[in-house]
Amino acid sequence: MLECVPEETVSHTTGKINPAKTCQPIGAMYAALGIHGCLPHSHGSQGCCAYHRMHLTRHFRDPVIASSSSFTEGASVFGGAANLKTSIKNVFTIYNPEVMAVHTTCLSETIGDDIPNILKQAEIPEGKVVIHANTPSYAGSHITGFSNMCKAMVSYLAQSDGVVKKEQANVLPGFVNPGDMREIRRIVSSLGIKLIMFPDTSGVLDSPLTSRYQMYPEGGATVAEIRDSGNSEVTLALGAFASHDAADILQEKCGVTGIPLKLPIGLKATDDFIMALKDWFGVEVPGALTLERGQVIDTLIDTHFHYQGKTVAIFGDPDHVIAMTEFALSMGLIPKYLLTGTPGKEFEATLNKMLEEAGIQESRVKADGDLFDLHQWIREEKVDLMIGTTYGKYISRAEDIPLVRFGFPILDRAVHPLMSVVGYRGCLRLIEQISNALLERRDRDALDEDFELVL
Amino acid sequence: MMTPYPEMVKKNRKKHLIIKDEEAASCPQIEANTRTIPGIISQRGCAYAGCKGVVVGPIKDMVTITHGPVGCGYYSWGTRRNKARADDTTSKDKIYSQLCFTTDMQEPDIVFGGEKKLARMIDEVVAAFHPRAINICATCPVGLIGDDLGAVAKAAEERHGIQVLAYNCEGYKGVSQSAGHHIANNNVMEKIVGKGTERKPGRFVINLLGEYNIGGDGWELERILKEIGYTVNCVLTGDSSYLDIKNLHLADLNLVQCHRSINYIAEMMEAKYGTPWLKVNFIGIDATNQSLRQVARCFGDEELVRKTEEIIERETARVTPTLDQYRKVLLGKTAFAIVGGSRSHHYQYLLRDLGMEMIIAGYEFAHRDDYEGRQVIPTIKTDADSKNIPELHPVPDEKMYKEAHVHLNMSKEKFDELNAEVPLNYYEGIYPNMKSGQIIIDDANHHEVEVLIQTAKPDLFLSGVRDKYIVHKMGVASKQLHAYDYSGPYAGYNGAINFARDVAKALTTPAWKLITPPWEKEKEKRSESDA
Repeated sequence: MLECVPEETVSHTTGKINPAKTCQPIGAMYAALGIHGCLPHSHGSQGCCAYHRMHLTRHFRDPVIASSSSFTEGASVFGGAANLKTSIKNVFTIYNPEVMAVHTTCLSETIGDDIPNILKQAEIPEGKVVIHANTPSYAGSHITGFSNMCKAMVSYLAQSDGVVKKEQANVLPGFVNPGDMREIRRIVSSLGIKLIMFPDTSGVLDSPLTSRYQMYPEGGATVAEIRDSGNSEVTLALGAFASHDAADILQEKCGVTGIPLKLPIGLKATDDFIMALKDWFGVEVPGALTLERGQVIDTLIDTHFHYQGKTVAIFGDPDHVIAMTEFALSMGLIPKYLLTGTPGKEFEATLNKMLEEAGIQESRVKADGDLFDLHQWIREEKVDLMIGTTYGKYISRAEDIPLVRFGFPILDRAVHPLMSVVGYRGCLRLIEQISNALLERRDRDALDEDFELVL
Repeated sequence: MMTPYPEMVKKNRKKHLIIKDEEAASCPQIEANTRTIPGIISQRGCAYAGCKGVVVGPIKDMVTITHGPVGCGYYSWGTRRNKARADDTTSKDKIYSQLCFTTDMQEPDIVFGGEKKLARMIDEVVAAFHPRAINICATCPVGLIGDDLGAVAKAAEERHGIQVLAYNCEGYKGVSQSAGHHIANNNVMEKIVGKGTERKPGRFVINLLGEYNIGGDGWELERILKEIGYTVNCVLTGDSSYLDIKNLHLADLNLVQCHRSINYIAEMMEAKYGTPWLKVNFIGIDATNQSLRQVARCFGDEELVRKTEEIIERETARVTPTLDQYRKVLLGKTAFAIVGGSRSHHYQYLLRDLGMEMIIAGYEFAHRDDYEGRQVIPTIKTDADSKNIPELHPVPDEKMYKEAHVHLNMSKEKFDELNAEVPLNYYEGIYPNMKSGQIIIDDANHHEVEVLIQTAKPDLFLSGVRDKYIVHKMGVASKQLHAYDYSGPYAGYNGAINFARDVAKALTTPAWKLITPPWEKEKEKRSESDA
């Protein structure tokens, strides 16, 4: 496996080899699917839309519906205004969504299509909504695109009806799975707090099979809910890269206080999330959550010797890697290599601080990196475990290191989008996966005389 | 189906649908390879996907660099299941097709141009990997900002002394993947084919064109062809190497599996080297047997014909009992296939082997000749979208051109006889193989698929991953015919068994009978008895 990768470290300063990120529009498409009755629309040539639908479908194993402006060479020369106007007409006539969420591509951005201006001229049926986000593929990553579509939801839809705010919380969940969004809703609801979560892909990308196909499934945040987010007291923005910007805009536009948090992955980040809600709303934390937390502690103590002191490489999306690293430290793992493909100094600053506080030296942290970088590091010094996306499987096999699949995308395993890694229940799932990965390795490698029944 | 369409859409889409009428003398004209209407949810991809994703990406010993923002390279990385392995001339450390190389263009590259970045990346790739040759594939913004890929490639060739090929396959070119196939074919033919001088030993040296070794299809076909006595010179491009492609012109006969994506090279080789080509189909037992007989017939060698019959008999006898078991489950079931540009036709045969019938067949990016047959090519009007793809017209090569009968080592008379029996350099399209009342649809969209499934209620839907789960939600089984749901091979004898097994599983998996919860069933019963 990967025999062509040079043994010695080579100079790699230009472009990406085995990228650990993809482009903005797919993130915007995913976010838009978290609006109820929404058809994401890709303003570019149809290949982008085809690729994004393909990739999201492979991760979620559920229908991902989106339309495209289907640029040809003519549109690329003369601009895509006519294509977008035709698209809007056809989409509402044929597919009848409540909302059409337009995102741009590198093609329409390079041409310089002025989307707000085109939307002004377009015929949008009464009662229907069109929003847009600029998502140039040549800046940021899919996480930036997700964030930009969240910002568009706020800019286009959120409204403040007065000075008095409603006793309700907004949650921007970040680029997480529908299973995670369900779990976030369960936790907030169990605290007795009214919640508006957007985007919310639960009920959209984890929909049931009933033999009755619905192009727009039951789930997703409604336009009314997103409008009403401007009347909420507070926004909990989960994940610096995916959610904080939208919360800032909501604060600016509607005066909703934004609380920037990590993704609630791991014990401490979940504690922080619950404490933020408790403090703001003055609610009591129910016994059920305390029990769940206690179970996590119990499990950590009971299983620590399965993983404590092992070195780990964590790679993937920045908010995921940041939260996972914090949890790995709580587990006594040693985060050795931390890498995201998404550019952003905050990634390195946050993680370096975390490592410093934990007294861990000689780890490597890199934003805007790729999996070739990671492979070179691992070739220099191996780790015991890898935690990240499916794309890590080649290195995992080449270097014989167990891989715990975590984040987006996971293309070679199923069911994960319906499960959660957030909250205390998510902690248990992660502990189980990490522990099992290392124990399976121990069983595999054990001599017959060392092969044991009880571990 | 057309009811909700605006007038313009209705007018357009009507032309993309025909119903087979066996009484009719010829195939009615279908509109194909024309623009997808903006806003319509189509299955189609782009020229880049056709060029890098389909044709040149699988060449295992070339580093293929995508010049553009990160997404295009990323999505086409490892997703088409083109398997590759080491062979006599390409060791494991010379295989790059499992890696993704992209210039990851950033805003300053868009503003100031990306040529320098591309050149730097080529230098680093050569220093680190020492590939035999490099492909550079363009993405949408590259054409707009005016990066001169050809110049970058030429300069890199001079610096490094290896071939560097530039493909101007910007996503907006043409109307689908098809444009990218053509662009790739042009470059491979012009720049690589003919550079080699080593003909592989053997009396019957063939190429298999338009076989991408998805799920190992090409390997199953090589197994059969080699055993019969052919030398497989090159499979283009599944598990192919740059070295093999250089020698492509040294074969006696080209077999064409996917006509849509590779017919250009077949045609250009015919013009330049006189190499005849034969459209084959190795999907299905009957189809495989017929294709093998035709290939053997092309060489007019008795021993080859005898060996072919021996293998056909042995292999057919080997797989038939197993297929018969699956037939019991599959007999009388119906299928739709809306996929690619050749497969819908190919799979009609395999489905019939299994007692199934494809009642609706469609393509994403086919041309009229794939539906109606190559005789319509001269009548196809060139529109603004296809005009931008260069049409190459190679002239006969001074040294290497040989008449087709010389390639096949037979007299002119014998060749004419052969040509009357076995249609060389010809493809009849999907239409003749359809039965009355069956529907052909071009560039079917989401709405049409939904309506067709609800009305014709097939047992099985064969398409790509984007449709798969939509169809499942409707309660209909679905298999991916691009990625085979990660199974395969589906070609040849072993492939037929795999396909039959997978389809039987898809139709009979117990969960289909568990959809309605017991409490709903109770309600249904109650309301029935009330009524």
